[in-house]
Amino acid sequence: MTAPLLTIDALSVTIHGKRILDTIDLTIAPGEIVALTGESGSGKSMTALATMGLLPQVAQATGQISLDGTDLLTLPERRLCAVRGNDIGMIFQEPMTALNPVQTIGAQVAETILQHSPRTPRAMARDKAREALHRCGLDLPLTRYPHELSGGQRQRVVIAMAIALRPRLLIADEPTTALDVTTQAQILDLLQDLTRTEGMALMMITHDLAVVANMAHRIAVMQTGRIVESGPTAQVLSQRTHPYTRALFEASDHRPHLPPRPDNGPLLHAQGVTCTYPLPRPGPFAKRPSFTAVRDVSFHIGRGERVGLVGESGCGKSTLTRALLGLTSIAEGTITLGGKAVFTDHRPNLAVRRRIQVVFQDPYGSFNPRHRVARLITEPFHLLPDPPQGTARDTAVAEALTAVGLSPDDAHKHIHAFSGGQRQRLAIARALIIRPDLIVFDEAVSALDVRVRAQILDLMADLSASYGLAYLFISHDLSVVRGVTDRIMVMRAGRIVEKGPTEQVFTAPRHAYTRTLLDAAPHLPASPGGA
Amino acid sequence: MSRNLILGGALTALFLGAAALSFLWTPYDVTALDIPARLQPPGGAHLLGTDHFGRDILSMLMVGARTSIAVALVAVGIGITIGVPLGLAAASRAGGWMDELISRSADLIFAFPSLVIAILITAVFGPGALNAILAIGIFNIPVFARLARGAALSLWTREFILAARVAGKNRTRISAEHILPNIANLLIVQCTIQFSLGILAEAGLSYVGLGAQPPIPSWGRMLADAQTLVSLAPHVALIPGLTIVFMVLGLNLLGDGLRDHFDPRLRVLRT
Amino acid sequence: MLAYLTRRLTSLILSLIAASAVIFLVVEVAPGDPASYMLGINAQPETVAALRDELGLDQPKIQRYLSWVGGMLTGDFGLSYTYRTPVAEMIATRLWISLPLALYALTLAILLAFPAGLIAAATRGRAPDFGVMAFSQLGVAIPNFWFAMLLVLGFAITWRIFPSGGFPGWDNPLQAIRALTLPAVALALPQAAILARVLRSSLIDTLGEDYIRTARAKGLTRRQTLWRHGVRNALIPVLTIIGLQFSFLIAGGIIIEQVFYLPGLGRLIFQSISQRDLIVVESAVMLLVFAVILVNFLTDLAYALTDPRLRKG
Repeated sequence: MTAPLLTIDALSVTIHGKRILDTIDLTIAPGEIVALTGESGSGKSMTALATMGLLPQVAQATGQISLDGTDLLTLPERRLCAVRGNDIGMIFQEPMTALNPVQTIGAQVAETILQHSPRTPRAMARDKAREALHRCGLDLPLTRYPHELSGGQRQRVVIAMAIALRPRLLIADEPTTALDVTTQAQILDLLQDLTRTEGMALMMITHDLAVVANMAHRIAVMQTGRIVESGPTAQVLSQRTHPYTRALFEASDHRPHLPPRPDNGPLLHAQGVTCTYPLPRPGPFAKRPSFTAVRDVSFHIGRGERVGLVGESGCGKSTLTRALLGLTSIAEGTITLGGKAVFTDHRPNLAVRRRIQVVFQDPYGSFNPRHRVARLITEPFHLLPDPPQGTARDTAVAEALTAVGLSPDDAHKHIHAFSGGQRQRLAIARALIIRPDLIVFDEAVSALDVRVRAQILDLMADLSASYGLAYLFISHDLSVVRGVTDRIMVMRAGRIVEKGPTEQVFTAPRHAYTRTLLDAAPHLPASPGGA
Repeated sequence: MSRNLILGGALTALFLGAAALSFLWTPYDVTALDIPARLQPPGGAHLLGTDHFGRDILSMLMVGARTSIAVALVAVGIGITIGVPLGLAAASRAGGWMDELISRSADLIFAFPSLVIAILITAVFGPGALNAILAIGIFNIPVFARLARGAALSLWTREFILAARVAGKNRTRISAEHILPNIANLLIVQCTIQFSLGILAEAGLSYVGLGAQPPIPSWGRMLADAQTLVSLAPHVALIPGLTIVFMVLGLNLLGDGLRDHFDPRLRVLRT
Repeated sequence: MLAYLTRRLTSLILSLIAASAVIFLVVEVAPGDPASYMLGINAQPETVAALRDELGLDQPKIQRYLSWVGGMLTGDFGLSYTYRTPVAEMIATRLWISLPLALYALTLAILLAFPAGLIAAATRGRAPDFGVMAFSQLGVAIPNFWFAMLLVLGFAITWRIFPSGGFPGWDNPLQAIRALTLPAVALALPQAAILARVLRSSLIDTLGEDYIRTARAKGLTRRQTLWRHGVRNALIPVLTIIGLQFSFLIAGGIIIEQVFYLPGLGRLIFQSISQRDLIVVESAVMLLVFAVILVNFLTDLAYALTDPRLRKG
């Protein structure tokens, strides 16, 4: 084995007296891919920032981070600037905001080159920038601006900036988390190629074990500022010595016990649904063009049935959700629930609306921070002609809270007293309180850490059994959908391209797009001995 | 509690207190002329000196504060009661014809040089405190409308608003129940700023003779009267000027302090 | 870019139409009969009738409005009732004081505010920042006409460096600039204070953006990041303020012109109001509003040049 390029030795970081990193040891050799993984708050990103010398100014670091013998922690800022971009490149999670919106992509890539050899002639810097973009699989004119590019293309620009000078170490902080699965697969391939062809070392930070299982040489698992387990990927995957590692793996491919699907007849019918959005006028007197987000979609959901809706961003699944909930009017087609229209004459029908509820993605944004739990979760009572008052209301609140695994005492707390997972439970309690027939889970577990996600999935399965509840589970993440649905629909560019029983779609997809999605989705190797 | 909040609150309270006190008691009668005692420097029998008619400056400032504060406060009231509902209505149907109408009208009012229109109004309808209130108040409407619209727009995309819509609440009710309480802090901070701008505007209008009319004392006219005397008795110009500065400073500090107290990221409008 | 331009141009024209209609309503319709308003209550009926005839008050309001607007478009602003001279000429001579004054003040404000705002943002939370912020807090609170009086007291009466008022005309440019200096400073200070604050907070916001971190990861120093990636992005909100300020300065001169006895546009409006010369008032106010709307339009164009995202769509 070659001598390590990066050696992190007993690195500890404290911020305002709070220990964020605790004696981290880590080495990365040239050409090696080392994955740092763990849940949010485990200290993965902080380790990366410490290596870049970009810790917040209030942070205090001890220990050693040596790059080829030079201790980066003690290096003065001026010399660190010479290392950043030249010896170490870094790419970030959010490609939409990582680029300067008012500079062309060419200028931004060339900046890395000019920064480290200021005397490079402009034309040569441009050529080098073009070449760096080409290496990242992007052959666009250098004069493009970031807003003209897709998320995946922007991430390629960010990577081009980081590798333009062929640094010896590349740090990638959740580089694909904000991307669609197909784009994610391409970016992961690109990163692997770059390490192979350029002998670059890669520090890959991700919360998603499946992403790194197939590409990392070694894995280090972090929990609350410590590395709890590390070793060659195959060994960590098979042995899972530390209980935390084991818990992470089990939660990652968690399949809740789904009770058998009751067959109680039809519930929801969507027939030929088309939704359009008006776009800004191109000229002052021009006709307003419109964008068709959902095009001629038909499907049904039976009573107590659990249906998944899968698709990448921009495929129209959010618009379809809004139409089902009566939040957006539909241009054509009908949606009926139990035979009654959700919309009549462009007005939502309250009698139908109270039978559908929703749980949103963001556990932090879906509650008014000024109200207490009891008021928050009883909001849907507004849909009832005769909402329960007094004791009846208190009983309903207590029941709903108990059903989602919280305590009736929580009714008087404010929302900030709850964690992300607890908030999602509250969101489910809010949806449940008027006993709907159908709940729409709109990316409801996407923002959660794996272990919390597993608990919420279990809760959904339990509730569907105990209340005979039907749900529509909307997600971009195929592996999650598989465990909690009876049937799935795959959506692309406003149309449903494939639907069928979940297992059948997963094992024998008929549409080419479904196959692409399934191939692109990273998955963990089967666990040894079955967990 | 920050330093700004305490200092600003204290200054504001001082001026509000002085104005309130003037209804019950002032050191001297503000209308009493005492020509032999004219232009006396501060200290002595008259704490802040006398003007060119021998009137007591402190008493005049106390009574003048009433006018300034009343004009600025009512003008802010006009801005809030008309502007905020308009802004909320515009945001609740963003992109609709009502939003378009309200936003364009706000832009249009902004395009009018406020002082010129204030002068126009007072000129056509006659000078006086009431028309000053109207003139300043009109320009507070688009400020609050824009602020409320902008803040409400970003809230309308939040999931708790979607949840309320799923719960069947209509837009008016959501605006009142969910949006308004969540933008209240911002509105309060903007109030202190508009209040201070109102004080300055009132001073400007009464300086050019279009504010409260004699014999009611006003800070702006005290400065206008002092203009020709500035080299003879600087205190008649300095003291009312400093009074305005401290009142406005107090309100601005109070605004900054409140903003830091609520949320340092609040974005107010400054023009 | 072309679509953006036509959209802005349409909104410019619509604003002008709306603004002229509002002014027409306030000046010619609100007072009841403009002729008797202009002449006061003691006027002879014959004089009123003559003026009504001159103003064409017997025509329908729509027609009067159209002929007023049409006249302005061809450069005919009517005849001043008091001075019997063309309003266009009166406005033109006055504009040569008000416009340079506004530009002078804006330049001073920018020269003062930009370094101050940059320093404050770069030294956030430390002594220079506190200094700048305290100074701007004071600048915002000072009424500009009072500040003008202090300037006169200091620089004109005590030290006699600048004249205390009046305007010698542009025949001697140096003297003219000297005469405009104190008014420009008085106008500029509060504007500089606001501008410095806006620039500071805009810069601080920008420095928290993700692409600033990206720039640092490329190896740029803090200072380079501030200049190359911070300033241009921070400029976008600052441009709005500069646009608003210019319009304020054109009109805000009205009081400062009183303090310094400058025969500018503001003073013209003022005199005409006290002389009840509605013909002058109407056109002069329209011109000011036109200037403001035009500046806002130019600000929008500057926006598009700074921010490529606005150019399309």
